[in-house]
Amino acid sequence: MKIPDLTELAFRNLRESLLRNSLTTVGISVGVASLVAMLSLGIGLQQLASRRLVKSGLFDTVVVTSRRDLRNFGREEQRSGPTPGESRVLDENARQEIEHLPNVVEAYPDIRFITELRYEDKPHLTMIAALPESARSNDAFENLQGSFFSSETASEVILQKSFAEELLGRVPKPGFDETKLAELAPLVGKELTMRYAQREAPTASQSQSAAEPGAAYSVVSRELILKVIGISDLDPESMRGPTRGRAFLPLKLAESLHVVQPTDLREISRSSGDAPVYSSVSVHVKSPKQVQPVEEAVKKMGFSTFSILDATRSLRQFFAVLDLFLGIFGSLALAVASIGIVNTLVMAILERRREIGIMKAIGASDVDVKRLFFAEAGAMGILGGIVGVILGWAIGQAINLGTNIYLKRQALPPEHFWSVPGWLIAAAIGFAFIVSLLSGLYPASRAARLDPVQALRYE
Amino acid sequence: MTALPEKSQPNIAIRTEILCHHYRMGETVIRAVDGISLEVRSGEFVALLGSSGSGKSSMLNLIAGLDRPTSGAVIVQEQNLARLSREELAKYRRHVVGMVFQSFNLISSMTVTENVELPLRFAEVDRQQRNARVQEAIARVGLGARAHHRPAELSGGEQQRVALARALINRPRLLLADEPTGNLDSHTGTEIMDLIREFNQGLGMTVVMVTHERDLAERYAERMIFLADGKLVDERYNTGVGAATTKAGGAS
Repeated sequence: MKIPDLTELAFRNLRESLLRNSLTTVGISVGVASLVAMLSLGIGLQQLASRRLVKSGLFDTVVVTSRRDLRNFGREEQRSGPTPGESRVLDENARQEIEHLPNVVEAYPDIRFITELRYEDKPHLTMIAALPESARSNDAFENLQGSFFSSETASEVILQKSFAEELLGRVPKPGFDETKLAELAPLVGKELTMRYAQREAPTASQSQSAAEPGAAYSVVSRELILKVIGISDLDPESMRGPTRGRAFLPLKLAESLHVVQPTDLREISRSSGDAPVYSSVSVHVKSPKQVQPVEEAVKKMGFSTFSILDATRSLRQFFAVLDLFLGIFGSLALAVASIGIVNTLVMAILERRREIGIMKAIGASDVDVKRLFFAEAGAMGILGGIVGVILGWAIGQAINLGTNIYLKRQALPPEHFWSVPGWLIAAAIGFAFIVSLLSGLYPASRAARLDPVQALRYE
Repeated sequence: MTALPEKSQPNIAIRTEILCHHYRMGETVIRAVDGISLEVRSGEFVALLGSSGSGKSSMLNLIAGLDRPTSGAVIVQEQNLARLSREELAKYRRHVVGMVFQSFNLISSMTVTENVELPLRFAEVDRQQRNARVQEAIARVGLGARAHHRPAELSGGEQQRVALARALINRPRLLLADEPTGNLDSHTGTEIMDLIREFNQGLGMTVVMVTHERDLAERYAERMIFLADGKLVDERYNTGVGAATTKAGGAS
């Protein structure tokens, strides 16, 4: 029998016992709806989490260091690269070369140093780091008290919350509520004095006396007045562990200060020409997916790299497991619905026994009868799948709406943690179809095996 | 009938050789057909007669390819049905045999047109051809005005006409009728029998009819075969009926 005839007969048979078949189809659609609802919740949560992570800047950053840098961050990190002998000096030329690699948004030097910040004449020793202009969009500064740097060279500083607490002499006691960012607001607009060691290029006479130019410099103590412009409650550099900055300067300003870097002493013998040498360079990649190829490319240039790719991988793993469980729970309803299909079709065989006998007597083959029952099961599956997807989507929308109303009442920004991607719609309908066909397997073969003489005798 | 060659003569439509069909009912073995050997010429009108339980319906089912013999052979158009696969048997039923039953066996949810069309669907005939063939068949049995009625809206005679149109639609060589007038009054029964004779004589179909009404058989069949307890007990030719003397024994 040809497919158009098969579908036509299947649908007319479904119409014949409309109530029973509709109920079975509703059963399938409830199963599909629960599956779609569960999985779209999982997918939505995953998207929400990875959106946050991408915004945090942790997962699209590759930190490049010269292989000579023996510092170990003491955290789980990927460190690989050429042997120290093959390494290159990480200088301005290398930075520009890295910046021109495909998929690299920017590569900026990591300038960080430990120095003294004086506030109300009290000295505080801390790690200072430089932030590029692009950090403005970083998630860590979303809840910034105050504002971001007014320009890339302004004498301004953004403080990390815990450091701001330290400046104000507040010690957070364990068990107490965290200090609200607003309580630290008085600090904004205040001035801090930064003392630092500047690396000064040798004077003309000195360089003449030394055999190689640029091979020596002097260190001079300097002071700079900085204005506190913002306080951030998040830790934008948490991946750097103990070397993370607690006070941040604009990048251009930090560069112009020529603060003595720990690497200066080490690289002094290798430095070629006047290009500044960096201890490390942060490479901002277009998306977390491109971290790996960029890392490979940088390694080929002769540098060490490290990134937190592993963290996203385990996150993906976590969500894969979560989705699996949600999927299993969602499928349970579909499994119940498939029993409904078996039941309906077995009933249909009993009811249509004589009809099957007639069809066989006038020339229907076993395969024709089997296919007819398959087509009926499949049609119920597809119909149930379509209705189920619509239902599941509606449930998702309703829950999304409800949660956002709740979030609004709690004065929290709305979130979209429900996502029904196109592939899920197709997969859910496809899955319902396959499950229905499997359910039709037994009834169809039973109908096909029916003895026509017996069936015709049946009244 | 002994030592007949496997290949029958061209004018033999049906041949059975020591045909047996036994089945179990509880402890006892029922010998529904018990060693029947017979031949039916191409274009012949044969009636199988006997009381209920004589094996005449079983015999018809074996010829129709609905049942399989326990032993022996049924050779129709030079193929032994006993050796065909289920799929080949379905094809045989589709193309070689047309069947009508006592209880009409129409599909109640389908209209007259749809019922008649159904074998064409199984035979995978193109949609364009179907319509013309269905209309032609319905017109041939005189039901043109009722084409879109459902079986429940028709009289018994009309339903049997639909069944005849359906049996005819794939242009089979063989018409097998199992008590075709059993559920009809004598007047409509005669009308149906006239139609069957028309198929036999006008279209040249070989007809095997099972009946227990001897006078009906005498009026329409060229030959009567009597069965009892699954065995062939008698055979009789009706003089005055048959292809040679067509109109003489006709609708009087």
